[in-house]
Amino acid sequence: MSKGILVFAEHRAGAFNKTSFEAIAAAQSLGRELQQTVTAVVLGAGMANLAQTIAAYKLDKVLYAENEKLAEYTPDGYADAMEGVVRTIDPQYVVMPHTYLVRDFAPKLASRFGKDVISDCLRATASDGGVIFSRRIFLGKMDADVIPSGEPPVFATFQSGAYRADQAAKDGSAAVETIAVEVGEVRMQPEPAFQEVKQAVDLSKADIIVAVGRGIKGQENLALVEQLAQALGGELAASRPICDAGWLPIDRQIGSSGQTVAPKLYVALGISGAIQHLVGMKNATTIVAVNKDREAPIFDIADYGIVGDLFEVVPALTEAVKKLKE
Amino acid sequence: MKTVVLMKQVGNKDAVLRINKEGTWIEEGDLSYEVNESDGYALEEALRLKEKHGGEVVVCSMGPQRVKSVIKDALARGADRAIHVVGDDLARLSPFAAAKVLSEAIRSEQFDLVLTGLQSDDNGYAQTGVILAELLGLPHATIVIEVDASGEGLRVKRELENGWYQWYTMPRPCLLTIQSGISQIRYATLKGIMAAKKKEIREVAPAEAATASTSHQRITKIYFPQKSKQTQYLGDGNARAGAAELAERLRTEARII
Ligand SMILES: Cc1cc2nc3c(=O)[nH]c(=O)nc-3n(C[C@H](O)[C@H](O)[C@H](O)COP(=O)(O)OP(=O)(O)OC[C@H]3O[C@@H](n4cnc5c(N)ncnc54)[C@H](O)[C@@H]3O)c2cc1C
Ligand SMILES: Nc1ncnc2c1ncn2[C@@H]1O[C@H](COP(=O)(O)O)[C@@H](O)[C@H]1O
Repeated sequence: MSKGILVFAEHRAGAFNKTSFEAIAAAQSLGRELQQTVTAVVLGAGMANLAQTIAAYKLDKVLYAENEKLAEYTPDGYADAMEGVVRTIDPQYVVMPHTYLVRDFAPKLASRFGKDVISDCLRATASDGGVIFSRRIFLGKMDADVIPSGEPPVFATFQSGAYRADQAAKDGSAAVETIAVEVGEVRMQPEPAFQEVKQAVDLSKADIIVAVGRGIKGQENLALVEQLAQALGGELAASRPICDAGWLPIDRQIGSSGQTVAPKLYVALGISGAIQHLVGMKNATTIVAVNKDREAPIFDIADYGIVGDLFEVVPALTEAVKKLKE
Repeated sequence: MKTVVLMKQVGNKDAVLRINKEGTWIEEGDLSYEVNESDGYALEEALRLKEKHGGEVVVCSMGPQRVKSVIKDALARGADRAIHVVGDDLARLSPFAAAKVLSEAIRSEQFDLVLTGLQSDDNGYAQTGVILAELLGLPHATIVIEVDASGEGLRVKRELENGWYQWYTMPRPCLLTIQSGISQIRYATLKGIMAAKKKEIREVAPAEAATASTSHQRITKIYFPQKSKQTQYLGDGNARAGAAELAERLRTEARII
């Protein structure tokens, strides 16, 4: 009978990423509620030492699944390897971080079991012997409670920041077990990962950031925002569509595919607050949002909000700031 | 190069959402509809590949009759023909079931490439394309931002986190999920709109075996997210007053000015 929780730990360039520890925290929390054991799985080639570091966490066991075809990530390789592990362990829940890498192979893995993934979850709570998963829908405007059905395992991924990495329990005495896994034909050939250009601006050092989104409508309106940034003595930044359009250089993009910042003040102008943007700025000390839509998710994390037209608010704010600084 | 593009119709981004009486979904009567953002870029990529390498672009959309507007718009932009998988309640399918229906609808096309968006703006599963690839036995790549089809296979640039990228090479046929914003989407021309009227839209019923397969995730309740911060709303609708008040708070409370 299917039992226990299997948590997938992801590594790149010889280190686990933070969201893996968040996934461990999520799996441990679920384990406590369901009174089930948690096993972590690490895939790789020549990575036994790295797998060992996971054993510091409170886990029943760490599985290190090895195959030379796992030296580099590919969806074919990872789906084959994980399928083997899941069939061997026969867990009730498979918990993974919702990273770009997991998004790339987890649906493929689940479909081998005739299932899909309950993806990008914020919470999982035990209820009546089952689990209710909560996930965000409509680009962050709504939450949905979801219950899984059908045969185990249940595959679930958790959003970055949903659980805290530093809350993952340690008491480090899990045994590491190395197993050989089978990997079939790998059809895609990856080239080494690279960064486009050395970033010209390092926004992570800025104290004040004024960020602009699609609400600005056109490049010609950026001057408005620049003036506010200048008045506040801050750096200019943007959401992704602004950089995609070439209105600002890509090194000013904040979010999961851009820079992560934690300034004293972050002013979000005409930005809706999609999760991929929020992960890049939610740790700012003070967050200001200006948006004409009261339901925009950016307000969920804002300290100060102005519901209104940025074309009216921004010039007025620039003026008010200048006056106070005189 | 023959490309199939999967395009989903979703509720308008700016729509004000209301929860239905049962609390299980939104009031769909309120919505106006548009094409899923990344699917528009998937179509654009397919059209560009056709311009470079020749071939055909086939659009496939699943949903009630209203999705015809997405299909007609795609045909007006330059797609050659379309497959409409017709059904009123198909939006409720979980991603595995949706991919299953879509796979049966396009399986007999002799395509070289299948393109989907990287995720839907309503459900946001981020899975349908990847599962579809598995069901069709295709290699895939997700979050693709550049496609080079000059060689025998396909060389694609994938986006990784935090400003990292990676190129992958794959044989054809294969499936790619396309990221938003990777190009400038063309408008439909008047000529295109006229030409579209003569293009084929083939209606198909969803494969029965596929819709019969149980859903693996069921929404029991939807609600507005709990706020993680106590937001102080300033100005009460008056922009000038809000701005002045905010500047004051930034000085006295946040001590930034
Ligand atoms: C894999 C992946 C990675 C991504 N990476 C990133 C990333 O790194 N960074 C990022 O930012 N996004 C990223 N995105 C995109 C993200 O999901 C959103 O699409 C994007 O952040 C939206 O940008 P926006 O808020 O500027 O635009 P929209 O979502 O279009 O929001 C515009 C907002 O402006 C408001 N508005 C309009 N007019 C006015 C006005 N006159 N006055 C005031 N308000 C107004 C609207 O109410 C709306 O809320 C990624 C997406 C995916 C799937
Ligand atoms: N009903 C549908 N009709 C056509 N394509 C769809 C449909 N549902 C999902 N897709 C495709 O699958 C992608 C990912 O959707 P999702 O898995 O829901 O995030 C979308 O961007 C579309 O390209």
